[in-house]
Amino acid sequence: MSHYKIHTVMKDNATVRPGECTRLDEPNLSVEDLKLLYRTMVLNRNLDGKMLNLQRQGRLGFYLTSTGEEATHIGSAFAMAKNDWVFPCYREPGAALIRGFALQDYVNQCYGNADDLAKGRQMPCHYGHKETHLVTISSPVGTQIPHAVGAAWGAKIKGDDTVVIGYFGDGATSQGDFHVGINFAGVYKAPVILFCRNNGYAISTPFATQTASESIVIKAQAYGVEGVLVDGNDILAVIAVTRRAHERARSGKGATLIEALTYRVGAHSTSDDPTVYRQDEELNEWKEKDPIERLKNYMKEKNIWNVDYEHRLQEETKAEVNLAVERAEKIGPPPVESLFDDVFADLNPILREQKQEMLRFVGSHKEE
Amino acid sequence: MAVMNIIQAINNALRLEMRRDKRVVIMGEDVGKFGGVFRATSGLADEFGAARVVDTPLSEGGIIGTAIGMALYGMRPVPEIQFADFIFPGFDQIVNEAAKSRYRSGAQFPVPMVIRTPYGGGIRGGHYHSQSPEAYFIHTPGLKVVVPSNPYEAKGLLLSAIRDEDPVIFLEPKRVYRASKGEVPEGEYTIPLGKADITQAGTDITVIAWGSMLHTVLKAEKEVRKENISLEIVNLRTLSPWDFETVIESVKKTGRALVVQEAPKTCGFGGEIVATIMEKAFFNLQAPVLRVTGWDTPFPYTLENDYLPNPARILDACKRIME
Repeated sequence: MSHYKIHTVMKDNATVRPGECTRLDEPNLSVEDLKLLYRTMVLNRNLDGKMLNLQRQGRLGFYLTSTGEEATHIGSAFAMAKNDWVFPCYREPGAALIRGFALQDYVNQCYGNADDLAKGRQMPCHYGHKETHLVTISSPVGTQIPHAVGAAWGAKIKGDDTVVIGYFGDGATSQGDFHVGINFAGVYKAPVILFCRNNGYAISTPFATQTASESIVIKAQAYGVEGVLVDGNDILAVIAVTRRAHERARSGKGATLIEALTYRVGAHSTSDDPTVYRQDEELNEWKEKDPIERLKNYMKEKNIWNVDYEHRLQEETKAEVNLAVERAEKIGPPPVESLFDDVFADLNPILREQKQEMLRFVGSHKEE
Repeated sequence: MAVMNIIQAINNALRLEMRRDKRVVIMGEDVGKFGGVFRATSGLADEFGAARVVDTPLSEGGIIGTAIGMALYGMRPVPEIQFADFIFPGFDQIVNEAAKSRYRSGAQFPVPMVIRTPYGGGIRGGHYHSQSPEAYFIHTPGLKVVVPSNPYEAKGLLLSAIRDEDPVIFLEPKRVYRASKGEVPEGEYTIPLGKADITQAGTDITVIAWGSMLHTVLKAEKEVRKENISLEIVNLRTLSPWDFETVIESVKKTGRALVVQEAPKTCGFGGEIVATIMEKAFFNLQAPVLRVTGWDTPFPYTLENDYLPNPARILDACKRIME
């Protein structure tokens, strides 16, 4: 084991073995904060369940769940300020929701309907929202890492107190963009948090095949940035370390690489079948460390959680998701004219000509 | 008015725009104190400081990737890639990220940035200091591609490019960086992107060229004229979006066309120009449209003069067209 010890807060020791961890103080959180965190995690879980079912019923083209990893992205995004910027990858819906991205907008994006903010231009789970500084996701892995660093660097040049968080999985750390991004972050002391959800797998490829390093976080040392290892299923620990990284960034001390240890309980995507490459034992072991259960137990101890509350929350969040889906399914596709919008700020003569030609055929298609 | 070469005109444009717009940041390898290997950013670090004229690690992917992040955040980065041949570590960032961000976000996240890079041969640079990679970028929806041919254009087009709301690949003809000199207004002015210039009016053949090839065409024209062939020379200036209207109008008048391009022939931009002429002016044509291009080989070192289009090949093509 490296000298990076796993930071934890919860005393259940669910994920870590004794002696490997550094215990942090409980982060300062109100009852409302805890309830918001718990609610967002439950909403995220129920959203996953619903969307997965819709995909299996053929009502949705594709989906990516984040089941089991909710604490990583919800906790870290919660620790960020309103004016901060977020560069997500495709497995952090809770980060978007807790920052105020509306569930309806999220579901509309998955359906690519006329109300989708991005006009139906990408596969499900590739959302973005300017108002909450949530930069639109792309599929190529790791490309957002230099963007996050560049945005943070830009904020620093401009003199803003913005901090940027960039999310990625363990697989992304094998990409050039990870090394390039973290190197620039180190050189320019960019106010950025590089948040790695180490969930053990990149589709079927296990961590041991990604790197011969003993951890992801150890790479921070080589690039001269702060590195922090955290129990990614302990949301309180995730909040604590992200707040610390945030403070560090704001005070001009530069970037932090956070490695959050977690597990991808679900498949990579709806096109994947993890039973081919994973053992049930491993999965069951991690299911016992479920981040939602752990926060629930913590809240129960503090008398913030009870069965009635749980029941109500489950009903409420499921109803919210159902309603959003019901609405999204009623909204038609974006107008065909919009196909040529936003390639550039203005429609140029070449695109104008192609648009005319396309419209001619849309007409003939309808007549058939 | 002052007489400037292309390097001086670019330097002047960058200086004026950095004074006008605090969001403009220059970044690249050796662009700071040293002023860039071609001296295009010379003296800018002294005036604007190391925070806005930034020496970066030797990482084209990093320069482009972080510049995209800056642009998303609301800055106007003008990264320099030392040679166009070295742009490819940032290729994914250019074609998958910068080019598509406006579209994929429903216009929420545009990427206004200008990647400046010297391109082209004729400087004894071999494989990796000579290529003309414009076609890769023209083929990517969402990118603008601009190629000035002289100091006046370099300044006016660069100012337009920096003020543009979309990502621009700004290819600078390094072979004529210093050889091309001319009068340049000292104040601000812009040349609109997407508009070609008719360098010379003529009646027999429309010759389409850009960047350093324009100078080769102008040299050839002196020989062609002796054969009593009159060339109308169209300098595209912007390759994406290109001004097909000016080209087609000219071809309808002359009835003949020749494209001169430094890049390899197959799938080069010249092919697109020829196809468009076929689509829009076929019945006006009196002869096959020809191309004079680089060969489909890697760019050579010792034999570069046999690789590059030259006046003799252009003269030969003009004669064949007129036969």
